[in-house]
Amino acid sequence: MSTDQSQRSIRCLVAKVGLDGHDRGAHVIARAFRDAGFEVIYSGLHKAPDEIVQAAVQEDVNVLGISILSGAHNTLVPKIVAGLKEYDAFDDTLILVGGVIPDDDKAELKELGVSEVFGPGTPMEETVEYVRENAPER
Amino acid sequence: MSESAGLLEDLLAGKHRALARVITKIENHDPGYRELVSGLYEHTGHAEVIGITGSPGAGKSTLVDKLAEHYREQGETVGVVAIDPSSPYTGGAVLGDRIRMASNVGDMDVFFRSMSARGNLGGLSTATADAVKAMDAFGKDKVIIETVGAGQNEIDIVGAADTVCVLVPPGAGDNVQMLKAGILEIADVFVVNKADMDGADRTVQELTEMVHLGQGSTTVDAGHHGFDEVEMDLDMPTDTDPWKPPIVETIAIDGEGVVDLVETFAEHRQFLEDSGELTRRRRQRVAEEIRTLLRDDAAGLVAAELEDHGGVGAFLDDVMAGDTDPYTIADDVMGPIRDCVEEQ
Repeated sequence: MSTDQSQRSIRCLVAKVGLDGHDRGAHVIARAFRDAGFEVIYSGLHKAPDEIVQAAVQEDVNVLGISILSGAHNTLVPKIVAGLKEYDAFDDTLILVGGVIPDDDKAELKELGVSEVFGPGTPMEETVEYVRENAPER
Repeated sequence: MSESAGLLEDLLAGKHRALARVITKIENHDPGYRELVSGLYEHTGHAEVIGITGSPGAGKSTLVDKLAEHYREQGETVGVVAIDPSSPYTGGAVLGDRIRMASNVGDMDVFFRSMSARGNLGGLSTATADAVKAMDAFGKDKVIIETVGAGQNEIDIVGAADTVCVLVPPGAGDNVQMLKAGILEIADVFVVNKADMDGADRTVQELTEMVHLGQGSTTVDAGHHGFDEVEMDLDMPTDTDPWKPPIVETIAIDGEGVVDLVETFAEHRQFLEDSGELTRRRRQRVAEEIRTLLRDDAAGLVAAELEDHGGVGAFLDDVMAGDTDPYTIADDVMGPIRDCVEEQ
């Protein structure tokens, strides 16, 4: 293989932010992304928004998937968005939110810059397909 | 200004986003990445590069975290390249070493970057070395490479690191393991991590014996770093004692032994500089880089030539039918390239 041949790969950060301690869903999605051929960086539990921003910037991910079950999305997601903007990383990062999000809040998150919200019971293929179609080029 | 030139400027100006993007381009072998790396080159050579290797679960990530914390406390900036395996089937990967970087969260002066092996260990070593150059040019004082932890033969790391540290878990095996070639030979420093576990004493003992027997020592006059020896026009000092890899015990999770280890790294650094070994290693590294680039370019030519012949599939039927053989085909395809080169 020539060194000039491009070897792109979709890079995703699967992030657990805030106080909730349930990461089964995050593990499942990380595994599904891996099996889809993506490179997945998993943040680990209980991360602060600026830690997520640091990881997203350093790892240069195309996709940031935030998993929140605690109900604190209205507080935490705006902080992450602001941090990404600070590092010029907002415009070319696809932001997804997974978890239990009331419909009213969904609209608000999307206005903020979140591309899609995946609630409980979303088929894995749907999420993977969405990432394939919408992941920004690197 | 081209995109690459702009990125390079931003990287040198200390923008984290630019460093991240440059590493991505290097990893992807995006068009223009060679221009980028060649632009980085003149800004490199300041960082001390430390390679950490050892079997899976040896505690590499935890140790890297503590090392980074220690260097930060001394006011030095740190870059980390951590390599994780990728799936041979899908190419996908879960890059999980970041989780262990608990001591350094929120500190942008520790730039931690995960890389996937992308199923290609040979190409990976080039990408890793180039990512290290990016961090070096960015101005990191220390760059730590954490390898995938694949096993006994993971020796590519010596191509990119000044100091190679091999983690040996307690109870790693008997004396025969110590006699084998491979990862133990490349160590400049041994670490017996999890030193509070059963069998740690015995492992230290066995390593000590091995080092005293001269196995695995990286001496000045023995160029056994997996590379071809480069012609030397250096005056090699003869009065320096060869380096005997020290054995440091750590309990990385508690940070125990980390100060000793950092001191040992500094001693090795001093040795490298005093003995001329640093220059020797860097010359070897450049030689290997030149060879790799030439090999890659040649491979590209060959691939294009093969494509002109209709790809490898076109030959398969002929070989399977017994009309020809792979050696004859290789001769036929390479013939015109060889003729061109010889004419020059």
